Amino acid sequence: MSRRIRVLVAKPGLDGHDRGARVIARALRDAGMEVVYTGLHQTPEQVVEAAIQEDVDVVGLSILSGAHMTLFPRIKQLLAENGADDIMVMGGGTIPEEDVKELKEGGWTEEIFTPGTTIEDIVAWINSNVKVD
Amino acid sequence: MCDKLPEIQQDRDKWQEKRSKLKDRDFKFETVSSMPVNDLYTPLDIPDFDHARDLGMPGSYPYTRGVQPNMYRGRFWTMRQFAGFATARESNERYKYLLSKGQTGLSVAFDMPTIMGYDSDHPRALGEVGRVGVAIDSLQDMETLFDGIPLDKVSTSMTTNAPASILWCMYIATGEKQGVPSEKLTGTIQNDILKEYIAQKSWIYPPEPSMRLITNIFEYACKHVPKWNTVSISGYHIREAGSTAVQELAFTLADGFAYVEAGMAAGLNVDDFAPRLSFFFNAHIDFFEEIAKYRAARRIWARRMKEKYGAKDPKSWLLRFHTQTAGCSLTAQQPENNIVRTAYEAMGAVLGGTQSLHTNSMDEVLALPTEKAVQIALRTQQIIAYETGVPNVIDPLAGSYYVEALTNKMEEEAEKYFAEIERRGGVLASIDQNFFQQEIADAAYHFQRAVDKKQRIVVGVNEFVNENESVDIDILKIDPQIELDQVARVQKLRQERDNNRVNGALEALRNAAQGTDNMIPFILDSVRAYATQGEIVQVLREVFGEYKEKPIF
Repeated sequence: MSRRIRVLVAKPGLDGHDRGARVIARALRDAGMEVVYTGLHQTPEQVVEAAIQEDVDVVGLSILSGAHMTLFPRIKQLLAENGADDIMVMGGGTIPEEDVKELKEGGWTEEIFTPGTTIEDIVAWINSNVKVD
Repeated sequence: MCDKLPEIQQDRDKWQEKRSKLKDRDFKFETVSSMPVNDLYTPLDIPDFDHARDLGMPGSYPYTRGVQPNMYRGRFWTMRQFAGFATARESNERYKYLLSKGQTGLSVAFDMPTIMGYDSDHPRALGEVGRVGVAIDSLQDMETLFDGIPLDKVSTSMTTNAPASILWCMYIATGEKQGVPSEKLTGTIQNDILKEYIAQKSWIYPPEPSMRLITNIFEYACKHVPKWNTVSISGYHIREAGSTAVQELAFTLADGFAYVEAGMAAGLNVDDFAPRLSFFFNAHIDFFEEIAKYRAARRIWARRMKEKYGAKDPKSWLLRFHTQTAGCSLTAQQPENNIVRTAYEAMGAVLGGTQSLHTNSMDEVLALPTEKAVQIALRTQQIIAYETGVPNVIDPLAGSYYVEALTNKMEEEAEKYFAEIERRGGVLASIDQNFFQQEIADAAYHFQRAVDKKQRIVVGVNEFVNENESVDIDILKIDPQIELDQVARVQKLRQERDNNRVNGALEALRNAAQGTDNMIPFILDSVRAYATQGEIVQVLREVFGEYKEKPIF
């Protein structure tokens, strides 16, 4: 039997909109994953440190402050610098369509879920994209 | 009415027999907050209804029908659109535009670094400067923000909490520069730190010193800024975080009682500060539930203030409130539909007797609103005011069996929460136990599951979906150059100002914070010397420490 998928739900940036992050964290736990939630106001360094320390398969970033174009690349870079580029990065929040395109094309995130996405969709995406031994 | 109840009961029984043979839609009939509702309300649902005791006349205790005797026949609610973005200069232009379009009050949105007490050049501000509001680092920026806007002619609401005292002092100092004495300033600072720990999560210091800053503001305001609303006790963010309507009502009023108790414990007379407390509620999509919420809020507040806290001044009994339509009810899909949602929500707020109103723009779920979207949102309010006839009659839904029964129900359910909060040792203890946070998280999760399972329909999201929809509305973009310019501005200021004066003022503030003096005069002196917000916060952070949450989900 394969081990359970480990997810870090992280809330970078200065805003306090954690409704989405907490709903997702709980839903992923209910879907059988191991979930760690960082709490609010995390710096990219703190997010990456937690991801490595908790040995997660995927990091979910919830960003509603408009700082996504800065935060996604920074976190991807830090993961790579720390030899952890096997950790996938997904995200959600108020992220305009053209920014989603730019972030995905730049390789700064594997997937972005915009408002209206169901929990089932997110669970299905993780299950089919995250490979656990 | 009471003597007819047996007859009504008979009629109702007959109707029940007939209607129970009819098949209902397959739907759980409840409010958006999952409160079950009956299919029909009659006098049997409000058997003890007593107009004088339960409602009173408008402008009379317990104010269920509204806070003014003539309500909107005197004047409409204040149409107050929340706005702010980029730098003080850009926001100043937007304010002048809004005032020219007939808006009657200003409402300042700050960017996240300003809300959290960081200057624009702090490493934590990277990428966030001017994004969701305007960046204000010092008095210099505040002067620019209100350039050409006489502060004795507008009322200004500022959405600031943890560092509210500093931004308020900057506003007072801007008034001084314009020659407007602080006694003439009108407006509101949100300054509601309790709901930050509960829902909005923009905190700096731990709760106790934060409460001291708030009571310092109460004391300073009643002596020097008597027309200012010193706190806007906010349910809005509690609701946006996912609470039910009852939770919004109960947690907000509980916060209000905590401020009253803190003020009294600091030695203030309740009637000296309670009249300047104001409230801020959400206007969500469940029309009647919202109207009942506002009516219940007024009644609960009036009774408590009079009976429990012994307030004698009727102004202390009044619950005056601002309303904003529910951002969380808007959808990214088919965003034009948000105009309709917002209109119904705004109508609910007006029927509930709001004192001021912000209507969301259709595109706010995607980004900051464009001018066109803001104009439609404001026009929505003007159509309600000038065309629908709704404001002609005071509290027109009073006496509706449903609305009165629901108002009673909201009050009863809120009372249960007050008892629970008291059992846990009060609001601060309940925050420490994560009680509010967990209740809200549970409600948010319950709602999301219901949407995912289509037990609740959201038009355009899980039903009536347009396949391959692409959003073709304009989005307001913030130029990244703005951050660089703002960083340069604050760094230039630090070089040009009189730094001896700044350091002296900040040291005096540190001493005051370590002692028991009112800190406001010292913050005001620091601001006048052009100390930045980040520098002032840093002094207080060193004295008070920082709050840390215990994350739950």
